[in-house]
Amino acid sequence: MKFLSTLLLTVLAATLNATTFADDIAVKGNMVYTSAGEPIENGVVIIRDGKIAAVGQDLDITEGMETISANVVTPGLIDAHTVVGMAGYLNQQHDQDQLETSAAIQPELRAIDAYNTREPLVEWLRKHGVTTIHTGHGPGEIISGQTMIAKTVGDTVAEATINSQTMMAATLGDSALVSGSDKKRKSPGTKGKVAAMFRNQLIAAKNYSAKIEAAEDDDDKEAPPRDLKLEAMVSVLNGDMPLLITANRHNDIMTALRIAKEFDIKVILDSASEAYLLIDEIKAAGVPVVIHPQMSRPVSDKENVTYTTAQKLIEAGIPVAFQSGYESYVPKTRVVLFEAAMTLPYGMDYQDALNAITINAAKILGIDDQVGSIEVGKDGDLALFDGDLFEWTSHVVGTVIGGEVVSDSVK
Amino acid sequence: MNIVSRGDSHSLQVLFVASCLSFGSFAKPVAFTGATIMPISGEPIENGTLLIDGKSIKAVGAKVRIPRDAETIDVSGKVILPGLVDTHSHVGETSGADWSGPIQPEARVLDSINVRNAGFKRALAGGITTINLMSGSGHLMSGQTIYVKLREGNSIEAIAYKREDGEVDGGMKMANGTNSRRDSPFPGTRAKSASLVRQKYIAAQEYRNKIERADGDPEKMPERDLTMEALIEVLEGKRIVHFHTHRHDDILTVLRLQEEFGFRVVLHHVSEAHRVANEIAAANVPSSIIMLDSPGGKLEEQYVDIQNAPVLEKAGAKVALHTDDWITESRHFLRSAGLAVRAGMSREEALKAMTINGAEMLDLEDRIGTLEKGKDADFVILSGDPLSVYTRVEQTWVEGEKRFNLNDPDDLAVAEGGFGVLVPTGRGHAHGMEEGH
Repeated sequence: MKFLSTLLLTVLAATLNATTFADDIAVKGNMVYTSAGEPIENGVVIIRDGKIAAVGQDLDITEGMETISANVVTPGLIDAHTVVGMAGYLNQQHDQDQLETSAAIQPELRAIDAYNTREPLVEWLRKHGVTTIHTGHGPGEIISGQTMIAKTVGDTVAEATINSQTMMAATLGDSALVSGSDKKRKSPGTKGKVAAMFRNQLIAAKNYSAKIEAAEDDDDKEAPPRDLKLEAMVSVLNGDMPLLITANRHNDIMTALRIAKEFDIKVILDSASEAYLLIDEIKAAGVPVVIHPQMSRPVSDKENVTYTTAQKLIEAGIPVAFQSGYESYVPKTRVVLFEAAMTLPYGMDYQDALNAITINAAKILGIDDQVGSIEVGKDGDLALFDGDLFEWTSHVVGTVIGGEVVSDSVK
Repeated sequence: MNIVSRGDSHSLQVLFVASCLSFGSFAKPVAFTGATIMPISGEPIENGTLLIDGKSIKAVGAKVRIPRDAETIDVSGKVILPGLVDTHSHVGETSGADWSGPIQPEARVLDSINVRNAGFKRALAGGITTINLMSGSGHLMSGQTIYVKLREGNSIEAIAYKREDGEVDGGMKMANGTNSRRDSPFPGTRAKSASLVRQKYIAAQEYRNKIERADGDPEKMPERDLTMEALIEVLEGKRIVHFHTHRHDDILTVLRLQEEFGFRVVLHHVSEAHRVANEIAAANVPSSIIMLDSPGGKLEEQYVDIQNAPVLEKAGAKVALHTDDWITESRHFLRSAGLAVRAGMSREEALKAMTINGAEMLDLEDRIGTLEKGKDADFVILSGDPLSVYTRVEQTWVEGEKRFNLNDPDDLAVAEGGFGVLVPTGRGHAHGMEEGH
């Protein structure tokens, strides 16, 4: 008897599937924050074939369509910079792939060759409403490697990835220096040396690029042999891969802007804990900021960190996104939802905080045509909450990616 | 606002105020009116009055007779909580044992503290008024912890709680699991860890027996031994053991040791408490736990459950929350209560876990942890619901003195951070990969 009823259910389910796509879903929210205009009371988001097909107030829902509802609905959250999937939660040597310390400059390292889709922290972020992460090599070397953008689902890196070569991760400041315990390497030992090595690498890439172009124009000239390091740096020079420069102290931030100007390359400032001292300079340089986690500890390069920097940058018109960053110990990752929330008691505008983990993060990452807001044509990625999304005592009650409910746990 | 005295121009004034306070009768009583008072010892009081006189609380309630000479401060719309109790923190440049051996109960955190460290200011900005300052977890026994009150003071003695015998009050830090495992003379296994600890406690029992047998005869007394003296205080219950432990089997090892030697113990961190919650409750042993943003970071925390707090509450075990600062930030301590409620703890118990439960774990429940007549005038004035993200700590009072004031630009800077505000922070207690949490 039990077997029969199970069978019946299976048949019913199959019938439903025949009439609607598996990733067709209607999501109702008492309040729907779209990150593309005013919040919608009694909003409905219709997702068809994985994409947002309609959004509005009290929309009609096709009969039989899977429908879920929550108190508050937002776009799927975006973590604008993390190492989750590279730095595993066990924190053992075997699961730490965010930083290769054998050399100071290794732009050839691709994030896709290390990203672990089954890493528990990917699931942890997904359960907290995070649907898209910009992850990859972390800070700690002058040029530590490439980054990528993934959805927080997918069994293989190919399934998860939406951009495989996003940015080039670079570091200025104390953490780029060779540590005292690393006896084999001598450089870089000073800020001056860091900048010199950085610039040398960009010049080498320019020369390499010039040789390739010369060979293309002149049959008598032979192209240089392929060099993965220089190829990757050429992508930086021609703008295919912007530099994501982690710099916290004001002098290191200025070095980042100086390099951007000298080589006319696109730079995104990362962490930038003293950015509040350089608002005019950062604005004039037209550089966006992926701001440090708000709960960063006030130590070493970040000893002058504040809870108001993000707000000051946003008020000055500088694009800002939040990140979970890199943690060497406990907790192994932060969560952008909490990082955005942490700015609210200090006066951050509510929508600004939400934008910095949705549409503005998407813009800085160059994926705002696909994700970041609830607008027709974009991916059906949503986060569902049982109350004010930023309250410590609220819960994420569901996460939807591409129209599929990928988490219904209560976090 | 400083843990130490203000600069020269203020020192006379401070001295004057301090001397008035010490004579009590010169200090006017102060009545805080209009706030929602959460005394923790009872239901919240809407539009309540908190009356303090000198260093203590005179009255708390909806209808409090305000003395004619009292100063009245209108705090309508605000919320008043008891000063928060952090049962596990490393602010103030704490250190205890060195790397010469795994068991060093003679090492005192007392002798390491820098009272000028900005960590104390951060704690006040978070509403914390009492802290258990701990040494690290890289040893089976890393030394004597110290309970401090964040009153103004130039020395550690000035801010330390004192026991009835006049000695500085504190506990004993112990640890098991992986943090305390390393090359000899440290233990290499869990069984060795337990045997080393047992052997030491047995030695302390024998030392105590010798003293008892001497019966006051100086000829028969054993030579003074700091290690043994500290352990005897543990055996006699004068010094509570604060035991860092994560895995379910390590937690049970703590309970086994506690049963064998009869010391009083608080379990700290207890990442796998959810697996042995009933055993913890049955042993009637309290737990001091941390709320984290994600699991992992070390092998021992791979099975940490964010729901430890509600699981222990439901099992009937007592829970306090702690910062383990630097692991979590003292300025955001109230967030821990918010996260505990998010995980399923009751609001009532979460607020107890920030106050009276912690006070009990430090043997200080007669002085702090609730707003009741006769207790220390330690309290926090909040802008709203203690568990809300939007709420700010506006004032922190310790023994009747305002120690943090959000309207003071210097204090605001501590609360929000800024250039040079928390510098120098001193050496801090840097949690390495093998040590700490």
